[in-house]
Amino acid sequence: MNTTTAPEQAPPTRPDSVLSAAGTTALARLEAEAIHIIREVVAEFDRPAMLFSGGKDSVVMLHLAAKAFWPGKIPFPVVHIDTGHNFPEVLEFRDRTVERLGLRLVVGSVQELIDSGELQERADGTRNPLQTVPLLRTIAENRFDAVFGGARRDEDRARAKERILSLRDEFGQWDPRSQRPELWNLYNGRHKPGQHVRAFPISNWTELDVWRYIAYENIELPPLYYAHEREVFHRDGMIRAVGPFSQPAPDEPTEVLQVRYRTVGDMSCTGAVLSNAVNNDLVLREVAEATVTERGATRADDRLSEAAMEDRKKDGYF
Amino acid sequence: MTTAPAETAAPSGTLFRLATAGSVDDGKSTLVGRLLHDAQAILSDQLAAVARTSAERGFGEAFDADDQPLDLALLTDGLRSEREQGITIDVAYRYFATDKRSFVLADCPGHVQYTRNTVTGTSTADAVVLLVDVRNGVVEQTRRHLAVATLLRVEHIIVAVNKIDAVDYSEAAFRAVEEDIQRVARELWAQNSGDAAVTAPIVVPVSALRGDNVVNVSERTRWYSGEALLPILEQLPDADAEHRRQEPLRLPVQTVIRPQGGLAPDADPDSFTDFRGYAGQIAAGTLRPGDRVRIQPGHHTAEVTAVRRTDLQRDLVPGEAALAGESVVVELSENYDVARGSLLSAVESAAQERDELTVRLAWLHEKPLTPGARVLFKHGTATVKALVTEISDRLDLTTLTAQPAAQLNLNDIGTATVKLAAALPVDDYAASKRTGASLLIDPADGNTLAAGLISLPQATDDAETETDEDWLSS
Ligand SMILES: Nc1nc2c(ncn2[C@@H]2O[C@H](COP(=O)(O)OP(=O)(O)OP(=O)(O)O)[C@@H](O)[C@H]2O)c(=O)[nH]1
Ligand SMILES: [Mg+2]
Repeated sequence: MNTTTAPEQAPPTRPDSVLSAAGTTALARLEAEAIHIIREVVAEFDRPAMLFSGGKDSVVMLHLAAKAFWPGKIPFPVVHIDTGHNFPEVLEFRDRTVERLGLRLVVGSVQELIDSGELQERADGTRNPLQTVPLLRTIAENRFDAVFGGARRDEDRARAKERILSLRDEFGQWDPRSQRPELWNLYNGRHKPGQHVRAFPISNWTELDVWRYIAYENIELPPLYYAHEREVFHRDGMIRAVGPFSQPAPDEPTEVLQVRYRTVGDMSCTGAVLSNAVNNDLVLREVAEATVTERGATRADDRLSEAAMEDRKKDGYF
Repeated sequence: MTTAPAETAAPSGTLFRLATAGSVDDGKSTLVGRLLHDAQAILSDQLAAVARTSAERGFGEAFDADDQPLDLALLTDGLRSEREQGITIDVAYRYFATDKRSFVLADCPGHVQYTRNTVTGTSTADAVVLLVDVRNGVVEQTRRHLAVATLLRVEHIIVAVNKIDAVDYSEAAFRAVEEDIQRVARELWAQNSGDAAVTAPIVVPVSALRGDNVVNVSERTRWYSGEALLPILEQLPDADAEHRRQEPLRLPVQTVIRPQGGLAPDADPDSFTDFRGYAGQIAAGTLRPGDRVRIQPGHHTAEVTAVRRTDLQRDLVPGEAALAGESVVVELSENYDVARGSLLSAVESAAQERDELTVRLAWLHEKPLTPGARVLFKHGTATVKALVTEISDRLDLTTLTAQPAAQLNLNDIGTATVKLAAALPVDDYAASKRTGASLLIDPADGNTLAAGLISLPQATDDAETETDEDWLSS
């Protein structure tokens, strides 16, 4: 019998030193699973597209897509639902990445729908929940039949319930009470005209897995994921950046702190955390020691109610 | 010789998948919550949310280290209707890691109405933790879930006899349930395959509510000589991953990668002008450059000229292998009509090509199955039309025997004969899970109707039936 290099026996030398060997191999399994899912969806659907916001999860997902089809190029367009309140460095990163990979970018705009009166600004100024309408419209206008999302089951209790391939009805709605059975790795993407499917290749990844993978593969992210100095103020127990869409009230003093972001969403509802983690190694350490979930720490939109995410998802949100 | 770090990242069994099972209210979600809680896998904001809701609903009986009443089931029962009704409706996936292993935990519903979701959670599990309320003992749902786990050949079944606190930690009560469950397990195995090699399930007395024997062995069950649940789970061998590597090669082709579709910006155009790569995830066995493979369906063989694992930035060199579970792109010396739906197999022990199959079914749809039903048969990366010609039996959950049946109803387990519009290369599910598994799909609305486990007669000859496609031409 041929001998192999027996890779599982060789202790890995890895850039992310906090990892045990056990972590390495679990990650390889997650990668192989994600690539399998991406290929299945591309093979079985006519018009797939991938959501790409420039956030770490979607960056990892796009990286996996590039691997899945290499040396071919990624065979579908990417979609961004722009709230109009994005961090400029994230938009710059988005455009640069799309350009580097030679992809087509489709942008759905919250601002345009507000300007045309079809959407109304919320009293709290938060725009993340407003993304559902432009998302569904973009899907319908482009006749996308499968849309990849970077949602992970460990993010939220409602997301923990979702299938890897998740059917949406003609109104884009998710019905968590009657999901299709999903058996083994046989993904059934059949749907009727007007319906579409959301596909979640990194469902089974945790925040730590995502960071391990970023470190391991040396994936570039928008700079605000790493500790940097920023002018901020405090609101509702969160650290908010001072910026064009996020202004302190007169009784909210500002200061310059060293912070980083654990998620990047809309500037109007995403908070930063105090951090010294200027590189992947330090971020990994920080995430491994975190005592609060990423959404609990930094997302005002998920604090709206106990079932905020479930309600948004039922309406067709990411 | 220098080795790039990426070269050591091969998959192994360190990501371990668990699913819960057992009748409604036997304590599955509470146990999952307890495992997460005691393994310190719950972050403070999640815990605070659970404590708040527990207090609001007057959940007072819990017993926690800091004496804070916690309804631990709320950690997984994340849907609004689940919290309102106090039951689990669909599978919740949770993740936690110990020093030894990373776990994916699928908390499944117990209610008979949601059995399809329990089958979903069980289908990918390396181990099932079956809960039994010590006060009720083995009930019909216990038998159904055990039958599902047995049918799906989940590698390990651990039985947690729960709520041992509610019977004052009585050994007699535990032993009675233990004996009962071992008998049922034996009968189901005999019923399913007559497989002699199967070991009896491990049975553990636990209190999910109070944490006895969950992470640590309890002082209150001194009569129990075994280990607590978590250490047991940490030590279970990942036999499935091991087996899959030993099996003969099976690589279902997912898609063909060709430069005509556009090259990746970092791929050198001159090196890929005539490139034709077959992409897939190895279902079983190992693959090395230089191997000969058979292209199924059919008898053509070809040499594997290059193998690229997705976790490496280069082709494998001679002597290196890609293993079951890895996603790869392969190039072949000949390209006889290889496409999505093709299966690359070991030449010496290829899959059997059949257009008529005996399939064990877990029927998951309200619409009953009757002979004459036209369905879609999804297997690997192929989907073909199929006709159910006969239903031979149905498992009676009371007597645990196969009974003749005219139809299969929601949640039934039974056996049917299926005629396929085209021959497919298949394996017996017991020999190779990935290439022995199938779905039955409703061609009208696309719904998944059943999990199908292919059962091949033990015959050794490679007799292949002729394909006959005219009966279904539409
Ligand atoms: N006394 C006692 N009660 C328990 C124990 N475990 C769970 N319970 C209670 O049993 C009830 C049902 O618990 P769950 O965890 O929701 O049961 P389940 O099996 O997940 O139920 P479904 O998912 O709906 O099938 C709750 O009231 C729990 O508090 C235990 O070890 N002892
Ligand atoms: Mg439950």
